[in-house]
Amino acid sequence: MEKVVLMHEKIVDIIVGESKEVNKKLKNKISVELREAAPLFGENGILDSIALVTLLVAVEQSVEDEFDFPVILADEKAMSQKNSPYQSIGALAQYVGSLLKE
Amino acid sequence: MENLPLVMITGTRKGIGKYLAHYYVEKGFQVIGCSRSSVDYELANYQHFCLDVINEFAVKKMFIDVRRTHGRLDVLINNAGIASMNHVLSTPMNTVRKIFDTNVAGTFLFCREAAKLMQIKQYGRIVNFSTVATPLKLEGEAVYAASKAAIITLTEILARELAPLGITVNAVGPTPVETDLIRSVPQEKIDNLLSRQAISRLGKFEDIANVIDFFIQEKSEFVTGQNIYLGGVS
Repeated sequence: MEKVVLMHEKIVDIIVGESKEVNKKLKNKISVELREAAPLFGENGILDSIALVTLLVAVEQSVEDEFDFPVILADEKAMSQKNSPYQSIGALAQYVGSLLKE
Repeated sequence: MENLPLVMITGTRKGIGKYLAHYYVEKGFQVIGCSRSSVDYELANYQHFCLDVINEFAVKKMFIDVRRTHGRLDVLINNAGIASMNHVLSTPMNTVRKIFDTNVAGTFLFCREAAKLMQIKQYGRIVNFSTVATPLKLEGEAVYAASKAAIITLTEILARELAPLGITVNAVGPTPVETDLIRSVPQEKIDNLLSRQAISRLGKFEDIANVIDFFIQEKSEFVTGQNIYLGGVS
């Protein structure tokens, strides 16, 4: 259990780190100080689809480097889901964690 | 070594891919090659990966390795491809799927993963492979030619999608070259095909490398979404 929590925290750190990088090019910044609660994409999100893809590619590469395991974060189904894994940093972290566990 | 331009070439076990691996090593490139099985040659500044170009997991693993080792990719040459001579009435669906998987899905997968890596430096050159079989509407090559027609459309659209990332995407369309790919084609068919080219001879590996050289130059930054057929075919 502790291992899972640590992994989740690590993933959140990665997403926050990459969000800060993406923020450098954004007018409307991701509220990285909210950490898991920070909205990303969808109803209350601040990213357009291009910015989302940029973030996903950056997170994908960092996660692969950290965990040495290939993941694909861009998913058409996920994009249109009501409970989209892209809606917040926390949701994205959960999604990444589930892909790593598969 | 890290300052050498880095090129990835698919399908380097034989034929055009093998030639291009040797050619770009000689030109001073660091070359990463791949094919389903190992290669019968060793070259300085050449690294080989054994994988199927449609195995997404294996391809992604290779790109992770390249990213960790080099942190970049300058050029991708999507050479891997398969062909099949068959009348439509005797073409098994399995053949259709295999050709589209390798030629279209494989090319797409490498373009996608290469673009993710190339966008780090906001620079990249991608060269795909089309064929003169498409404009010449070669009977017996419906599936192969159709798969390569898809490559042209893929090239044109990816050129637009990837332009903001500093990545150009172009295609070269060889005429028949003396390789395994055409060894099963009857001589009469080859002669008939050559007669329809403006310049009626078999292609040479050097002809293909020449076009690729043009596409991958740094100063070709304003050339994208283009397809060049060899032999004067249009």
